[in-house]
Amino acid sequence: MGGAPLLSWQRFAEVFLNTAVMAKYLPDIVSGFFLTVGLAVLVVIAGIAAGLALALLRSLAIRPLTWLIVFVVDLFRALPPLVVIVLIYFGLPSVGMSPGAFGATWASLSLVLMAFAEEIFWAGITAVPKGQWEAARSTGLSFRLALSWVVLPQAIRLTVPPLTNRTIAITKGTALGSVVGLAEILSQAQSAVSFSFNPSPLLLGAAAYLVLFLPVVVLGRWIETRFAWKR
Amino acid sequence: MQQVPVTAPSAGRPILQAHGLHKHFGALHVLRGVDLVVAERELVFIIGPSGSGKSTLLRCLNRLEEPSSGTVVVDGIDMLDDRRTDINHARQRIGMVFQAFNLYPHMTALGNVTLALRKVAGKGRAEAEEIGRAALARVGLADRAEHTPGQLSGGQQQRVAIARAIALEPRVMLFDEPTSALDPELVGSVLEVMRALRESGMTMVVVSHEMGFARAAADRVVFIDHGLIVEQGKPAQVLGNPEHERTRAFIRQVARH
Repeated sequence: MGGAPLLSWQRFAEVFLNTAVMAKYLPDIVSGFFLTVGLAVLVVIAGIAAGLALALLRSLAIRPLTWLIVFVVDLFRALPPLVVIVLIYFGLPSVGMSPGAFGATWASLSLVLMAFAEEIFWAGITAVPKGQWEAARSTGLSFRLALSWVVLPQAIRLTVPPLTNRTIAITKGTALGSVVGLAEILSQAQSAVSFSFNPSPLLLGAAAYLVLFLPVVVLGRWIETRFAWKR
Repeated sequence: MQQVPVTAPSAGRPILQAHGLHKHFGALHVLRGVDLVVAERELVFIIGPSGSGKSTLLRCLNRLEEPSSGTVVVDGIDMLDDRRTDINHARQRIGMVFQAFNLYPHMTALGNVTLALRKVAGKGRAEAEEIGRAALARVGLADRAEHTPGQLSGGQQQRVAIARAIALEPRVMLFDEPTSALDPELVGSVLEVMRALRESGMTMVVVSHEMGFARAAADRVVFIDHGLIVEQGKPAQVLGNPEHERTRAFIRQVARH
């Protein structure tokens, strides 16, 4: 019994922490890392901007427009992000558009984030008391001015914590791009595994995700306490 | 029921004229033909049971509530004519103070007072702040300009709300139960500001249960019930010796509390 665990540990290290293999494939993982960062940033920008735009359009209370927005939002909240990626990547070429792996993953995750962000922004806008609108309008502010100077600043403050959490969850979905061959972290790690016949690159990939998302999660926690609303 | 004729205001030309105001909320007929004429510098006090339509009447005067029918003319401007009247411009002539203060919690007192000055009246920051500080001084809060609403008492918040309205130099001020949300010891400071405002010649329409203030400061008391003006006249008459049984019943009820 005495020697067996040591032997197992050596074997484990050789298999999962093979430094030679890791060193060899580190550049691939690093390139996957930067691709993931770029993709995540673009998803966050597009998704939140589009979500905010939809929430603002919804606040106009034009009924057919509201129905359309609610339909689109519910659609992308209900569909698993992977299904959206596959649909766009394999479906769009049949109508003459080829978004590519990056484009398909970016568009899909942005649409999903847009849907959740719209719901969160809308909840924030409706959570601002009606009296705030009335006070603003009674001093002569137009709908647009009341929205942008009185209601939105309060709504956005309410939305920061849930939006941060949802944004982190969806940007982690960049890993789904590996399914359509996007050379992001997970995909790089998987191909390294199949070339080296050694799973160490997967651990390297996990480490890369931690380096990327751990600070974001910590930042999210900080934002959540920072924006706790004091009336 | 017989509609009581509109009392001719004792002094000043009419500055606010509402005629035949009706308001339906679905099946609910909240205002059933109200005529109200307010003269310049007059303080009209509106009383009535809860649900009588007095707040709705007030809110129809600046179109926070859309009247179902009728006319509202303020300072010669037809409030309901969307073709000729810019409602946002017109509303600057009508200040409003709410029961729940409705201050903007993300701005300082000064920010609350200057927002409309800057965004609607088109004043520059320096000019707006000068006007804003003067308005805060008028309500006794010059030293609270940089405080946010969360740092102010209820009475102070309501005074900031009054400053926010008077900074725009309105021709008429509407008060919708301005002291109902306040602790009793804070009511006095708000009534004091309203009294000073009245002495400065401001035209005021006040919905409130502060009968003492009505006796002391009002030119006219209007009793509303079931969406109609039942009785109106001098405070001593309406509050002291009302003609109608419903007015008597209401005043007995209020006096008991």
